[in-house]
Amino acid sequence: MAHEAIDQERVVASPWGGGQSPFAVGWPKLMMWLFLVSDTLTFAGLLAGYGVMRISLGRWPVQSEIFNLWLVGAMTFILICSSATMAVAVSASKRGDRPRVIPFLLLTAFGGMLFLAGQYYEWSHFIHEGARLFANPWGIPQFSATFFITTGFHGGHVTGGVIYLLITALRWTRGRIQPESIEIAGLYWHFVDLVWVFIFTLLYLI
Amino acid sequence: MTEGTHGGGYKIYFTVWFWLLVITLLEIGMVLVRVPKALLVFSLITLALMKAALIMAYFMHLRYERLNLIYAVVTPMFFLAIVLFAMVGPDALHVFRSR
Repeated sequence: MAHEAIDQERVVASPWGGGQSPFAVGWPKLMMWLFLVSDTLTFAGLLAGYGVMRISLGRWPVQSEIFNLWLVGAMTFILICSSATMAVAVSASKRGDRPRVIPFLLLTAFGGMLFLAGQYYEWSHFIHEGARLFANPWGIPQFSATFFITTGFHGGHVTGGVIYLLITALRWTRGRIQPESIEIAGLYWHFVDLVWVFIFTLLYLI
Repeated sequence: MTEGTHGGGYKIYFTVWFWLLVITLLEIGMVLVRVPKALLVFSLITLALMKAALIMAYFMHLRYERLNLIYAVVTPMFFLAIVLFAMVGPDALHVFRSR
């Protein structure tokens, strides 16, 4: 009997026994990672749908003649910068460098807002030129449909991210959260940047 | 992740930021000089994957996590890529050929 009890203890203490964290991260962070993996599928679905339509149609408008590549480049630059400032905010909160946390969090949220302003300008320009969800002057309805739906989903994620960052900053100033929460918000924000890398490449450049 | 596993100030983030910027400029440059389409598509996807790897490894700290978390996050991406290219890809091309 004593022998069995020792075995039981050993099982629980093993990484997969339930007695400890097998991934060596807290559960909130693990849940965020799992959410990000599943959210990847959302965008993979959108981008795959875009790819199938574009390849099966065999013709597509020349994007660089329709979109302002410099504006999109600037938006990409802003998002990369905001990802870097987020990384600094996370690192500062972890190493106890408190004065840096809030400025860099707010800088990140500001970067997100600038990106959204750029997207607003781009969308309104595109709509002004006659693009609609299922129709546009370039004769390929799928062109504007995939554009609006994919960048719209991404813009929605950025909007949610800005709100998430502002709430996180507020909760941090009130001392309600640990550095881990800032790290988790950071994971989400970097993911938004990561998705933009692929949207920028596939929708605008290729 | 515990403190100190990737110490050394904030310099690493600046370095990653710099390289992300360089790759982005390279991407825009390739479109502007009108590189041949096949080469363009191949290089742009390679560069995008490089950017993704940089962001995941350093900004998202994945490099400093335990190996099983890295596997749990990265392996589904490979399966996803295989499924998309092997199953959806031929479908798209088939429609194109049947015209």
